[in-house]
Amino acid sequence: MTILAFAEHRDGKFKKSSFETVRAARTVADALQADLCALVIGSGITALAQELGQYGASRVLVVDDPVLAAHANRAFASAIATVAAQRKADLIFLPASQMGKDLAPRVAVKLNAGLASDCVAVNVENGELIATRPVYAGKALVDVRVTTPVKVYTLRPNVFTATTGGGEAVVEQMSVPVDPADLTTVVKDIKVATGRPDVTEADIIVSGGRGMKGPEHFGMLESLADVLGAAVGASRAVVDAGWRPHDEQVGQTGKTVSPTLYVACGISGAVQHVAGMSSSKYIVAINKDKDAPIFQIADYGIVGDVFEVVPELTTQLKQVLGK
Amino acid sequence: MKVAVCINHVPDTETKIKISADSKSIDRAGVNFMMSPYDEIAVEEGLRIRDKFKGEVIVISLGGEKHKETLRKALAMGVDKAVLLKDEGERDSHGVAVGLAAELRALAPDVILCGKQSIDFDDAQVGTAVAEMLGLPSVGVVVKIDIQDGNVVCQREIEGGHETVETRLPAVFLAQKGLNDPRYPSLKGIMAAKSKPIEEKPAAAAEPRVLTVAMRKPPAKSSGKILGTDKTAVPELVRLLHDEAKVI
Ligand SMILES: Cc1cc2nc3c(=O)[nH]c(=O)nc-3n(C[C@H](O)[C@H](O)[C@H](O)COP(=O)(O)OP(=O)(O)OC[C@H]3O[C@@H](n4cnc5c(N)ncnc54)[C@H](O)[C@@H]3O)c2cc1C
Ligand SMILES: Nc1ncnc2c1ncn2[C@@H]1O[C@H](COP(=O)(O)O)[C@@H](O)[C@H]1O
Repeated sequence: MTILAFAEHRDGKFKKSSFETVRAARTVADALQADLCALVIGSGITALAQELGQYGASRVLVVDDPVLAAHANRAFASAIATVAAQRKADLIFLPASQMGKDLAPRVAVKLNAGLASDCVAVNVENGELIATRPVYAGKALVDVRVTTPVKVYTLRPNVFTATTGGGEAVVEQMSVPVDPADLTTVVKDIKVATGRPDVTEADIIVSGGRGMKGPEHFGMLESLADVLGAAVGASRAVVDAGWRPHDEQVGQTGKTVSPTLYVACGISGAVQHVAGMSSSKYIVAINKDKDAPIFQIADYGIVGDVFEVVPELTTQLKQVLGK
Repeated sequence: MKVAVCINHVPDTETKIKISADSKSIDRAGVNFMMSPYDEIAVEEGLRIRDKFKGEVIVISLGGEKHKETLRKALAMGVDKAVLLKDEGERDSHGVAVGLAAELRALAPDVILCGKQSIDFDDAQVGTAVAEMLGLPSVGVVVKIDIQDGNVVCQREIEGGHETVETRLPAVFLAQKGLNDPRYPSLKGIMAAKSKPIEEKPAAAAEPRVLTVAMRKPPAKSSGKILGTDKTAVPELVRLLHDEAKVI
């Protein structure tokens, strides 16, 4: 049995979700006594490949081609499907990153495979893989079984741990022809918004709601975020008011996040908001209304004014962290 | 320009989910349904493209009789035609994509719009799978679509930034929040929608590929400690973050 794990990179570095994916695939491979190959696609990326050995890939397949320098979903999906077919891969794992979500459905269609997307657990039971995925924005969980011979899974970022301690990987070049017709959709440019991490990838999120009173007060949350190396998130109320950009919205119609720590400042905790962040490991709520629903799910709450508590928290964390 | 928009009918976001007795699906009793929010954005974009380039917007939904409510809402928003691909059973995303692709192949639209995901199963795969089945380009999580003579320049969201993506029509686009603000149906639109026909046909058959073994509620998160009512609680919070949560 062979497992293929796709690893995404940007600016010469693998994404953390790729390490998580390779490591999770390793665990499954061990349980099924399967071979694990990681797959890297791009241009000038062969030197990167070795690093995946640390996360448990014994072999890294590399499709290194100048025409694949920029993400082109059809060409990338073709390359993955071609390699999967050559290696007779039974299970294929991708991170449920924006790129992974752009590729996995195409790979599944090409390989007549079923796709279980955005999984938060993959367990082998009686020799069979059972994947767990949140539905209804995390209000329920389903255990699913993919019934096709080839099976595709995407794994939610920030849920699986990327432990190192693997070994050396054998790096193998693959030659995969690229059909020019597959290069009709190409990324021309990438703009990175801020120096801060994205909410879906961050280990800590400092999030603000209508209780912040206006866009000018988010500087306070940015300062706290910077001390913690955190991302800044927002409620929909704040995004709809134009105080913060759409890509920071957390919730059922925003991003679903699973950080280690989520700090909710002036957020009431509406069901739609909670749906997107309730799987955070620790939740801190700062809200002046003791009856705000957010306190029902918070591990630590302070019933107080954000304008008083947040700057104090920033100051004390600076001292503790020596910043 | 012929525009097709795929729309799904999903439980209202306010819904408290109850698991049904078979432990495989939700208890639908008392649950309000609505058009999936990203699909509303897709419909709005379809209307704007039609208004700019002339032509028609057709909405398609695959599901039971109930999906007509969502199709009616799209008609009230101003689309020209609505098609129900009827199937009263439960389908996995592959099955939905097969049904939609069959209809879309026959329609051959210039632009196909979907939501980036349905907020029921949060699968985020139907739109891209349809594109692959039809051999078309796709742009996911799109926040800007600029069509010029068959060439399209899009902005798409990625982690921590945006990509500019170029493609050609016909193509599939998956709407993300930020693309537009969907209009509310006008009273006139709502009245007119009541008399517009909804075309009905059976959905093309498909074998399931992903089976639900069990559905359950996530472990309930118990409310924790209230540490205080002003900034004097901050030292205790910092201590807990360090000693208990170990995040700092
Ligand atoms: C279809 C649909 C989808 C939705 N999707 C989402 C989604 O994805 N994400 C989302 O967040 N919402 C979503 N919502 C909206 C959601 O229902 C709430 O309206 C929203 O989350 C409220 O945002 P808020 O908590 O910032 O504002 P409010 O509910 O107004 O809460 C503000 C809070 O700040 C507190 N406060 C005020 N001043 C202070 C102060 N000085 N110090 C401390 N606390 C203070 C108040 O006590 C209050 O609890 C959706 C709604 C619908 C209908
Ligand atoms: N039953 C359906 N009928 C019509 N369109 C659908 C249906 N299910 C999903 N879609 C479309 O596919 C998108 C992605 O859905 P999903 O892959 O289920 O998250 C949705 O936003 C819709 O545009």
